[in-house]
Amino acid sequence: MKVKEKRNLILSIVAVLLCCLYLFILESDSVVHSYAITIIERSCIYAVAAVSMNLIIGFTGQFSLGTAGFMCIGAYITGVLTIPVEMRDQIFYLYGMASWLHDIKLPLIVTLILCAVVCAGIAALIGWPVLRLKSDYLAIATLGFSEIIRAIFGWDGLGKITNASYGVSNIPEFKSIFECVIISAVCIVIMILLVNSSYGRAFKAIRDDDVAAEAMGINLFRTKQLSFVVTSAFAGVAGGLLAVYMRSAVTSTFTVALTYNILLMVVLGGIGSISGSILGAFIVTGSQEWLRFLDREYTWSELIPGIGNTGFGAMNVPLLRNGFRMVVFSLLLMLVVLFWNHGLTGSKEITWDRLINGAKKLMRSKKEKAVSEAE
Amino acid sequence: MLEIKGLSINYGGIEAVRDISFVVPSGQIVTLVGANGAGKSSTLRSIIGLVKAKSGSIKLAGKELMGSSTDEIVRNGITLVPEGRHVFPDQTVLENLKIGAYLRKGNLDEDIEKVYSIFPRLKERSWQAAGTLSGGEQQMLAVGRALMANPKLIMMDEPSLGLAPIIVNEIFEIIKRVNEVGTTVLLVEQNANMALHVADKAYVIENGRITIEGTGKELLKDERVKKAYLGTTA
Repeated sequence: MKVKEKRNLILSIVAVLLCCLYLFILESDSVVHSYAITIIERSCIYAVAAVSMNLIIGFTGQFSLGTAGFMCIGAYITGVLTIPVEMRDQIFYLYGMASWLHDIKLPLIVTLILCAVVCAGIAALIGWPVLRLKSDYLAIATLGFSEIIRAIFGWDGLGKITNASYGVSNIPEFKSIFECVIISAVCIVIMILLVNSSYGRAFKAIRDDDVAAEAMGINLFRTKQLSFVVTSAFAGVAGGLLAVYMRSAVTSTFTVALTYNILLMVVLGGIGSISGSILGAFIVTGSQEWLRFLDREYTWSELIPGIGNTGFGAMNVPLLRNGFRMVVFSLLLMLVVLFWNHGLTGSKEITWDRLINGAKKLMRSKKEKAVSEAE
Repeated sequence: MLEIKGLSINYGGIEAVRDISFVVPSGQIVTLVGANGAGKSSTLRSIIGLVKAKSGSIKLAGKELMGSSTDEIVRNGITLVPEGRHVFPDQTVLENLKIGAYLRKGNLDEDIEKVYSIFPRLKERSWQAAGTLSGGEQQMLAVGRALMANPKLIMMDEPSLGLAPIIVNEIFEIIKRVNEVGTTVLLVEQNANMALHVADKAYVIENGRITIEGTGKELLKDERVKKAYLGTTA
């Protein structure tokens, strides 16, 4: 047991160091690697959002779909408070920025903490009526909340603060990839600690059997409220990070589609598994990029060398054209859902033990195959 | 230890329990027997605060608990083993036990060992998901989980429900053992025969009222009880 723990610790340290090394390589020439950097940053931000959503859906069993709304709040707070003061008149040329707000500029970290605090407060307020609802009704109510937020931020009356439908732009970007990755990692680690604490056990108890949970002395409402508040706070942070990543905050980003996209990552990775959500975020974000080659039109001659540019060779390959990427992506999703109907990781975490056992099994079956073939 | 006075419970206009009073002395096994719908489970559920009683008083060691929330009541030393076991099926036996101690801070290892010593079978299966246990084992887990809160009083709602007769015997052995290690037990049972054999004190509930009371042995001999609940006639 002790040896195994030591081995796992060493493996974890090595993995973290390798990741850092990779990031250093990317960072050393950020112009050349800009594409990879954007994918990694985006994935990390979505990972925070997905893990936070998993906290309420996967661990507490409350089907809340308010993520996009809280991300919207976070994005606007970050946007409004971090754009350079000298550019503000230019951005808010139509409404003019409110004078009390005009000269307030905060560092990114402070803004993100503010995002978390504000979103937590709002979540506590709306959680009070909304968390009395169950399953579908909760989903509808939170979805509605999310749209209301979007409408409020796009409202002319708040133009002096939010720039209404024009949104906030020219948000300063991340100073380096490490800023984004480290902030995301810290958020996720905090949530992992929460899930493994006695509060995490209470979340799971409510998810599995609320009658028994209540009889154990778990205060259902207060515990659900806690989970909702934490989820929303980190959704707010993810929204803030997303605004920095996109260098703008516009209400049209935070539609229901964003919530569904994050829900997709949670379900694909495995409901109730944090490592699953992270994996889901990277796979969904990454594969939408990797599949981009499907969006180009090819002629047969480009794919099969030596058939010449005339006749058959000059014809376009069928299906491959703009938008086909999403068709393939959807098909892949369906396959995953069919064959791994509890998500890629199930509700269990990915651990070194699991990985090593899996690898051993694979080796063994290969060996057996080789032996049986030899016979 | 537990003193119930004039407890009445209403369910949507229907009186489930009408003005019942009984005591559970410290260190004893007390049982409430009665037919389906007599109000036994409602009584337990209102003692632990899951159902709000209409009127009456619930005192634990002199402290009034009427109107307190469930978590306060659990903190004061009462736990409930719910009817139908209600273990957390996807979590391991060990995790189930830990949830039982949710309201307590501090090291749980000693208490877990204590529960394992009462239920050695749970120790063998500590890493198994609770949903894969047999019915009897799940009942043991439900009792063990309730013990993890270190209760003064443990209430059990129909622990023999849906179990094979041989397992039922085992469960009643366990109830005796739990009592022997110093926990007061309030037991609700339809299996009157078994319940009266282990009980120090017993109450019969009919239509929300206590109609007969006495020691377990007295009630076993009582003609009315024999006729209505034990299925034997003299």
